[in-house]
Amino acid sequence: MMTIDWLHFTPASALAGGALIGLAAALLILLEGRIAGISGIIGGLLHSPSRGDSAWRLAFALGLVAAPLLYRVLAALPESRIDAGWGTLVVAGALVGFGSRLGSGCTSGHGVCGLSRLSPRSLVATLVFMSAGFATVFVCRHLFV
Amino acid sequence: MSVLISFVVGLVFGIGLIVSGMSNPAKVLGFLDLAGPWDPSLALVMGGAIAVGFPAFRLAARRKASLLGGPMQLPTARQIDRRLLAGSALFGVGWGLAGICPGPALVLLGSGAAGGLVFVLAMLAGMALFAVFERLRRARQLTPDA
Repeated sequence: MMTIDWLHFTPASALAGGALIGLAAALLILLEGRIAGISGIIGGLLHSPSRGDSAWRLAFALGLVAAPLLYRVLAALPESRIDAGWGTLVVAGALVGFGSRLGSGCTSGHGVCGLSRLSPRSLVATLVFMSAGFATVFVCRHLFV
Repeated sequence: MSVLISFVVGLVFGIGLIVSGMSNPAKVLGFLDLAGPWDPSLALVMGGAIAVGFPAFRLAARRKASLLGGPMQLPTARQIDRRLLAGSALFGVGWGLAGICPGPALVLLGSGAAGGLVFVLAMLAGMALFAVFERLRRARQLTPDA
């Protein structure tokens, strides 16, 4: 049976942080006419669809990198833990980079923006990467211990 | 102007990831581990984001230009093909291995985590590999005799 991890479940901050992510996506589409899909924004830096298209992409990525620096000025950064070792991180990063580009999106582009647009394509993508994520964690944590 | 707006939007997105706990890979894995003690937070993060995003995208779909006058670049692809399925599956496996996806990866990089740097470099390499793969595929399509 499934058991909820009440110790780590944080519904209020999850909703509040989620609303901020939605606000960012809303601002980018309404002000700039662009989709806040991180893999597409970064990938476009390496595989540019058109010239003069790189500055806003780089600025958005730098905003994400700067977020913890700004946060730290206002409050202590919440605890963050990476359990994966170096080898796993390299394989995981490469799969995330290649896969998100091949599938035209990741958790932000398909998961947040695509589902907000009620896109069937993004719904399928989200169901596939969630299922693959669930399966991978099951194999790593419960089959090979 | 566009560059400044993009930076601020990236900043808001990143703050959202930190507040929601999604820049913590251990918490993301807590969501992906259905068989262990399950942390449903990620589902509420998506719910909160979609609740704000939904009306914005409804409004955007009715407009030809953005509020600042630029073109409204909503995705037009509709087909559910092998690329979408295979790419999403590969992405999901990578996400499940480390609990990190592209947005949190950049936040982890900024927070000074060495693992974040390693992940981002590998992710960029994966994206660069895709760019090469695409170029080769396009070249082959242009010269079917080759």
